[in-house]
Amino acid sequence: MASLQHSPSIKDAKVLMVGAGGIGCELLKTLALSGFPDIHIIDMDTIEVSNLNRQFLFRQSHVGQPKAKVARDAILKFRPHINITPYHANVKDPSFNVDFFKQFNVVLNGLDNLDARRHVNRLCLAADVPLVESGTTGFLGQVTVHVKGKTECYECQPKPAPKSYPVCTITSTPSKFVHCIVWAKDLLFTKLFGDKNQDNDLNVRSGDVASSSEHADDAFEQRKDEDVGDYGRRIYDHVFGHNIEVALSNEEAWKNRNKPRPIYSKDVLSDRLPQQNGTVDRSSATDNLSSLPAVSAMASLGLKNLQDVWNLMENSRVFLEALKLFLVNRAQEVGNLTFDKDDQLAVEFVSAAANIRAASFGIPLHSLFEAKGIAGNIVHAVATTNAIVAGLIVIEAIKVLEKNTDAYRMTYCLEHPSKKMLLMPVEPFEPNKSCYVCFKTPLTLEINTRRSRLRDFVEKIVKAKLGMSYPLIMVGHALLYEVGDDLEEDMVKNYAANLEKVLSELPSPVTGGTILQVEDLQQEFTCNISVKHREEFDEEKEPDEMVLSGLTEAPSMAKADDHSIENGGSTSNALPANVTEPKMDVEVEEISVGTENIYSAQKRKLPEVSHATKDVVSGDETRNHKRVQKLDDEDDDVVVMFDHPEVDNHKKQRLQ
Amino acid sequence: MNSRILQPNMRPLTSPNFTGFSNVIRFVLSLFATGARLRIFRFTSFLSNSIELKVVSAQLTSVRAFDFSIFSSLSFFVRFPAINHYLYRLGLNMDGEELTEQETALYDRQIRVWGADAQRRLSKSHILVCGMKGTVAEFCKNIVLAGVGSVTLVDDRVVTEEALSANFLIPPDESVYGGRTVAEICGDSLREFNPMVSVSVQKGDISSFGGDFFDKFNVVVISCCSAGTKKLINDKCRKLSKRVAFYTVDCRDSCGEIFVDLQSYKYSKKKLGETVECEIQYPRLEDAISVPWKVLPKKVSKLYFAMRVIESFEEAEGRKAGEITIGDLPALLKLRKEICETQSLNESHVPSILLERLVMGAREFPPACAVIGGILGQEVIKAISGKGDPLKNFFFFDAMDGKGIIEDISNEPPNK
Ligand SMILES: [Zn+2]
Repeated sequence: MASLQHSPSIKDAKVLMVGAGGIGCELLKTLALSGFPDIHIIDMDTIEVSNLNRQFLFRQSHVGQPKAKVARDAILKFRPHINITPYHANVKDPSFNVDFFKQFNVVLNGLDNLDARRHVNRLCLAADVPLVESGTTGFLGQVTVHVKGKTECYECQPKPAPKSYPVCTITSTPSKFVHCIVWAKDLLFTKLFGDKNQDNDLNVRSGDVASSSEHADDAFEQRKDEDVGDYGRRIYDHVFGHNIEVALSNEEAWKNRNKPRPIYSKDVLSDRLPQQNGTVDRSSATDNLSSLPAVSAMASLGLKNLQDVWNLMENSRVFLEALKLFLVNRAQEVGNLTFDKDDQLAVEFVSAAANIRAASFGIPLHSLFEAKGIAGNIVHAVATTNAIVAGLIVIEAIKVLEKNTDAYRMTYCLEHPSKKMLLMPVEPFEPNKSCYVCFKTPLTLEINTRRSRLRDFVEKIVKAKLGMSYPLIMVGHALLYEVGDDLEEDMVKNYAANLEKVLSELPSPVTGGTILQVEDLQQEFTCNISVKHREEFDEEKEPDEMVLSGLTEAPSMAKADDHSIENGGSTSNALPANVTEPKMDVEVEEISVGTENIYSAQKRKLPEVSHATKDVVSGDETRNHKRVQKLDDEDDDVVVMFDHPEVDNHKKQRLQ
Repeated sequence: MNSRILQPNMRPLTSPNFTGFSNVIRFVLSLFATGARLRIFRFTSFLSNSIELKVVSAQLTSVRAFDFSIFSSLSFFVRFPAINHYLYRLGLNMDGEELTEQETALYDRQIRVWGADAQRRLSKSHILVCGMKGTVAEFCKNIVLAGVGSVTLVDDRVVTEEALSANFLIPPDESVYGGRTVAEICGDSLREFNPMVSVSVQKGDISSFGGDFFDKFNVVVISCCSAGTKKLINDKCRKLSKRVAFYTVDCRDSCGEIFVDLQSYKYSKKKLGETVECEIQYPRLEDAISVPWKVLPKKVSKLYFAMRVIESFEEAEGRKAGEITIGDLPALLKLRKEICETQSLNESHVPSILLERLVMGAREFPPACAVIGGILGQEVIKAISGKGDPLKNFFFFDAMDGKGIIEDISNEPPNK
């Protein structure tokens, strides 16, 4: 093989980069230095302060501007003669279709979420363009090569399912801080400041629903002439006091559990709070303040250090103050708010509420810094790993351009050396013959065809599980449903009607034995689903009331991958866990404890690597040991990588 | 940093005896009496009547700097209500060195990786960097982004096309050069990456700088210098009363090498749930490369031998580092033969094809720079923060096989 550095293929290459974030900035720089003449970048994000510690093409003055464009301008300063085409857009936008992808010699992913990765994988398969995929978390990183027919596709290996918690764990029996965060963020925050009409399990399910439900719903409405402070205290007493009492009344539930302690505001805070001066000043100056974007309960209470763990009283004060600030200073937004990790006041409210609930259930309290990480599903990221991974991506990209199939490698960046290696290359795997994406292997769906509606199938299976955005559903030659801009009016009506119909009552009935054909027109991806009728489902374990099998998806794996805001994932009744699990309960100081397990989740049957991989796993045993003790047997890891355990002895052949 | 920072044991020692507030304070004061400066980092008061106090780190003043060792962390459960505010103030008074809000916001994502304490140590570290080529440019970018205290650059060359090739810190615009050195131009770019890091330039010949100069730094990174200069600076650093972490880094074609000398390095790590104190002894560069080749394990990276052959050639011929071309290959192969004979090593351990690649590619391969500069950045961050196993004592990367390998080349016994 000729020198990588002087490969003639670089000069004629046209490459597509998806993502201009942590990996993207490094990648664009390395591509430019290596002599790539024509680079297109897609990124939908704008620049934020917390990007600046590693996305070195961006400055403070760029905050708020589109990443793709600013990255281009920064690169042109030191390599003015290359072509860089930025797109400030979502890669799932229909304009990035198969024809768009076909113009590139290779696609390089620097993405941060599973959904977009799957989407790009399918487009690359349809356009027959090689894909180099990457991911990092903390000091760990990975680069893989996906070439149609030669190596496995991105979806050949099981992917983590979005982690969800049983509803009752969140609403009634939290045992970990993360449960309190999910409750505060997805239930309480949404109930108070979000869409009021959304289904919400906030009130504890008690035996006699009838008696309490009417009263409970009223409790969240601010009464006429009710002072904001009084309203806040009433909400506080309702959710931390009353609801806990109701839950306690169901004694059966607490036989084997520690009983929670109802907390009322009068027990924690004095009746008239003396330290409200700051607030009064602020609210009297509301007119001037309304233009200020950052309103902070911490600031008005004089709390400074994000890393401190506040006690129950401090959290209670933050809770009431944040509630008040939302209602007074941000009244226009109330009713439409969704939680955003960059919204300081929202983070303060959720952190305080979660901590008060934690205190009630005897769960250790956490700092705002930690709570923000959990609630915002914040990925641990450092510049060095991104730089290393970007270098490895370019090396693989050059091999792909040279069609040097034997040289393709997937590479792991390790935190602790294995077989003396910090960077461990492994030969890529052949395509998985049971992959429903690149081998079109049919899937099986168990569903109650006499109860589930077509809408349930579209939302919970087609969109959430199969990752399709522009689906078309057929039985034989009959069209049941389709999404598109150019549909005729009567068709749209027809489809809308179909959505509300139970499967067995559709114009072309879907019953046990039916083969459904589901297609995504943008991804040019089709899959067949064989339907099996089933009467009953387990309410806790199978809340969707449907079970899809044959999907390369591992059950109950943490999916920290889905922290992107786009394309909201799960629609199941179980609460989606778009939060990261806390690391250990003890210290912020521990280095990337959770992430280590990527490799234990990556054990693969490959003669050459198995030894090395085992080393990695055993090397982490000490940490895991501790972790298991601390966080019981659930999978609590912050797994950002995109490679996951094989179902079992899936023997892989090395590439020829 | 002129104090010794003690890294706490992560497992709190719960002392049920300390049930009174006064006892806690007495104990804390007794630690002060021993010369310790404690930093009380956090106390959790989860129920209104109990307070947990953790001494997260402690500093022993006037001991050799940069010497992280272990001090057990303490945790008390105090059964007194409402004293946490007092403790809070106490904590703040003892540590006026908390990260600012601005720092917490900027470094949010990495603090989640290595913790606030490591971030604080980074912000107080001073790094000297010599030889601004592509790999070092990558390294500088990484540590400036990470938020070290200061970076001092040494490179008096003027900008040439070669200097530009893999270095993204130099804009290709002659109008900004104006007789300025590579270090000065790179410094301008680095300053923009992170306004909280102080970037300065030192002019002069690195080999002429005395001990006083090196004493100002916690980390010294040398690149593009002859083996002789590297050894000289390594020894100057060794003679200082404080420990200076010494690194060399070089990249040729798509290959690179990192050498590390942390002298006697102590750190903590977890083993079977216990925190154990580790100590590693590093050899000097001179001692490491004089280990006879025949006593090295059979599988030592071929790059190690190839780099030594090229180094010997440049030294024998009186060349500057990197001043070697394909025309020198025959003479180089002759030297290889001689060295291998002296060292009783089969020449196949130093393949001709590898030597040829190394002398042909005078220019660095940018992706290899990114990888090697990234690994070096990571190692320097580890050494400053005292967290994680540092590599001992050579690292090699070859883009052709993609392996990033650690080699321990020393006569010293491995990790105790
Ligand atoms: Zn596949």
